[in-house]
Amino acid sequence: MPQAMTAVNDFVVKFANVNGSGSASANELFARSILRMGVPVSPRNIFPSNIQGLPTWYEVRVTEKGWLGRRGGVDLMVAMNPQTWAQDVKEIEPGGYLFYDSTKPLPSSAFREDINVIGVPLTAICNATYTDARQRQLFKNIIYVGALSVLLDIDPAEIERLFGEQYKGKEKLLDSNIKALNLGRDWAKQHLDPASVKLKVRRADNVGNRIFVEGNSAAALGAVYGGATVCAWYPITPSSSLAEAFAAHCKRLRHDKETGKAKYAIVQAEDELASIGMVIGAGWNGARAFTATSGPGISLMTEFIGLAYFAEVPAVIVNVQRGGPSTGMPTRTQQSDLLSCAYASNGDTKHVLLFPEDPRECFEFTAGALDLADRLQTPIFVMTDLDIGMNHRLCKPFEWDDKRAYDRGKVMTAAELEAGKNFGRYLDVDGDGIPFRTYPGTHPTKGSYFTRGTTKDEYARYSEEGAVYVRNMERLQKKFATAAKIAPQPLRYSSPKPTRYGVIYFGSTSPAMAEALDHLEADGNHVNALRVRSFPFAQAVEDFIHEHDKVFVVEQNRDGQLRSMIMNEFTLDARKLVPVLHYDGTPITARFIAADIAKKIGQFKVVPFDKAAS
Amino acid sequence: MTFIAKPKLHHPSLVKNKAGFTRRDYEGAVSTLCAGCGHDSISAAIIQACFELDILPHQVAKLSGIGCSSKAPTYFIGASHGFNTVHGRMPSVATGANLANRDLIYLGVSGDGDSASIGLGQFAHVMRRGVNMTYIVMNNGVYGLTKGQFSATADKGSISKKGVSNPDSSIDMVSMAILMGATFVGRSFSGDKHQLVPLIKAALMHKGAAFLDVISPCVAFNNHAGSTKSYEYVREHNEALNRLDFIEGREEITAHYEPGTATTVEQHDGSLLRLRKLGEDYDPSDKIAAMKRVQEGLASGEVVTGLLYVDPSPKDLHANLNTVDAPLNTLQTADLCPGTAALERINASLR
Repeated sequence: MPQAMTAVNDFVVKFANVNGSGSASANELFARSILRMGVPVSPRNIFPSNIQGLPTWYEVRVTEKGWLGRRGGVDLMVAMNPQTWAQDVKEIEPGGYLFYDSTKPLPSSAFREDINVIGVPLTAICNATYTDARQRQLFKNIIYVGALSVLLDIDPAEIERLFGEQYKGKEKLLDSNIKALNLGRDWAKQHLDPASVKLKVRRADNVGNRIFVEGNSAAALGAVYGGATVCAWYPITPSSSLAEAFAAHCKRLRHDKETGKAKYAIVQAEDELASIGMVIGAGWNGARAFTATSGPGISLMTEFIGLAYFAEVPAVIVNVQRGGPSTGMPTRTQQSDLLSCAYASNGDTKHVLLFPEDPRECFEFTAGALDLADRLQTPIFVMTDLDIGMNHRLCKPFEWDDKRAYDRGKVMTAAELEAGKNFGRYLDVDGDGIPFRTYPGTHPTKGSYFTRGTTKDEYARYSEEGAVYVRNMERLQKKFATAAKIAPQPLRYSSPKPTRYGVIYFGSTSPAMAEALDHLEADGNHVNALRVRSFPFAQAVEDFIHEHDKVFVVEQNRDGQLRSMIMNEFTLDARKLVPVLHYDGTPITARFIAADIAKKIGQFKVVPFDKAAS
Repeated sequence: MTFIAKPKLHHPSLVKNKAGFTRRDYEGAVSTLCAGCGHDSISAAIIQACFELDILPHQVAKLSGIGCSSKAPTYFIGASHGFNTVHGRMPSVATGANLANRDLIYLGVSGDGDSASIGLGQFAHVMRRGVNMTYIVMNNGVYGLTKGQFSATADKGSISKKGVSNPDSSIDMVSMAILMGATFVGRSFSGDKHQLVPLIKAALMHKGAAFLDVISPCVAFNNHAGSTKSYEYVREHNEALNRLDFIEGREEITAHYEPGTATTVEQHDGSLLRLRKLGEDYDPSDKIAAMKRVQEGLASGEVVTGLLYVDPSPKDLHANLNTVDAPLNTLQTADLCPGTAALERINASLR
């Protein structure tokens, strides 16, 4: 008998399925039922660029401590896909468990000696119960959830409650799902010994008032709350569900109660060039507008982004990053569009980027980006990624202050123009680099101007004079410095003990980083941490670097893009910045970060020979 | 695009329209295009049309792409906002601008390079979406600013100034517009003000995607023998199907028409399009017949002009999206933000 891994509220279950087999909702049901027992979970979709037939996985980390990053390793594999059987079996930790459909006997060579095997004849149970092929397929998933609930001690009442919410008013569906659940439960109770599986879920109280939501839906809700009225987009994984969620939120929240008419406009454009063009047209004309896209979309939008920068038109671009370059890994996660967004377009350009860590910040930063875009009159990028965008993540509830009014920035009104206020579209009147603008149609004789991507003077008159051009470019620099002051500031987490090591990270790395810091601290590796939340960088970023001998920069890309940007923006010794890079398309793990940083700290501790000798 | 302001002094006896503006109030900066350029005639026609329609100058938004034609918005209606966007992408910017404020009049000005080559995709999609705008292509069959290359509307076999014969088929913008779903399509000639001004007026008042292809000879690079976009060629081959009188609202019809010489199309908003027949029976509300007649013209080398197609009851993008009557850019925090109570309910649904 192999050793049986024992764990309560701290293990990883991975479901290996075939894409399009209806497994997604059953797997999500599994995760939610544990959450309802007060135990935090962190699920992740690992899916191919495919509609039907290719392998897909769903990984659920059960974590009473609330570590929401991907852990790595698998303790219980629910192997439902013969195509990936060998790979899936191989992935199980020694002493772990393999749950499979035992309808057809498999040779002993298909298994491993150091794991525990649980067979349930799912197909046989289905075939004996259902005649319809689709039902056989769909309910097989619910049956395995039922069997697992017995083995792992998941309260079936929670699952039934979830069914009740999902199939409210659809009693027939409700009944058939409960029936399938009990088919699995009954079989397991009769034929299996629940004590043989030593991974258990035990009711806890660690979820609190947190919400469980996907980053894309959260960002879309942020756009609603932030006052976006125009959304133009083009479908691209992994951002499509953001625009679709915006449509769904607007349908519920943004129709005039009396007329039923829409207080928003959504256009699915013909391509990304058109979608950003529409956003810029709407922004120019005084509406709050955004688009959602991913890396390849940014490549296409680059020319327009340059126009919006130089003509100073507000725009919000949510970039749900995926693996690049080119088509890259469309369904895998990365943080590899930092450089292409920060410096998008020909000529000297710099753009404001925001880095949300989770759905809660996706909501907050997208709403905030609409204010920042109007305030700064420039494109604002919300740099999320597939890991945050397309996975349900436990996070603090959304918050809003009803006293908050939108910051529409410096817009000169008809009354001000009438009163004779001096209007120069590109005139820096306040010393912050931000000029006033007027909306088209404001005043019959005053305040009109020509918007263009060519160079111009303070009064928007075309000019190719060198001095005029330089003045304008320097004002744009000043505006960028203003952005550093008003964008979300970095957050510092200090080690309890003084240390010469620091770590800088951002975005979806956040939960893995928090856990890694805990591991490092436990091992006596003290590290101060700084989570960067926007670009241009606040002065605090440079100060943090100067405060330490070595600063690890943790990123999910190959080239250390954030590190490059830090070196580009500050004057400092590049050798101080030590890259910690994970970019295989899977979300970064605490195990990886802690191991890499510990290894590097170990290397730094070795005293060089010449110093030892002297 | 050098900026030369025109002197603002107006002669006191200049006639004012009902909005209180003189014709000169619709002018812009001094044109920097070549002397004799067709585009300047089109700008003049736009000025005339806006003056005659009593449009408030600041209620027009002028948008363009890149090229000689796209410079033109600087040369008319100086009191309105203009946006010189990027090459071939004016339609998307105009779409977004229109979404933001449905109350302004949108005038897109483009050229054959801007719309038939780099911007063909956006041109097609702005037509099919029914954006309420007037889209004018100043069509000269040649790239002017880059000095004389063929454009995609140059006819197959036409000869460039350097003597090269164009081997590629031409793109007929009018056929494209009708096919893509434009609800007002006309063609005219920069040298025929009497035909052009009423077409622009009707297009500006049309509540949907209105397209005008205006042949506008390039005196610098495409006005020689062998060109099919020269003044001489177009005058010789112009086949006008009708002569339009645009009549706003319930205005009294003062022009006199001999019986059987005119047809009237009443548009949904009550405006009338009175079309004087020129030779042949032609019904511009028949889309299939319009396609056929335009294709016949192409086959025989005629430049078929006039109001070619009109749908008198167009549905624009805002109607399709069922947006509120107030311009979206006027909605305030209270109109747009669902507030904390709604957010609490959302939070509760996510637990």
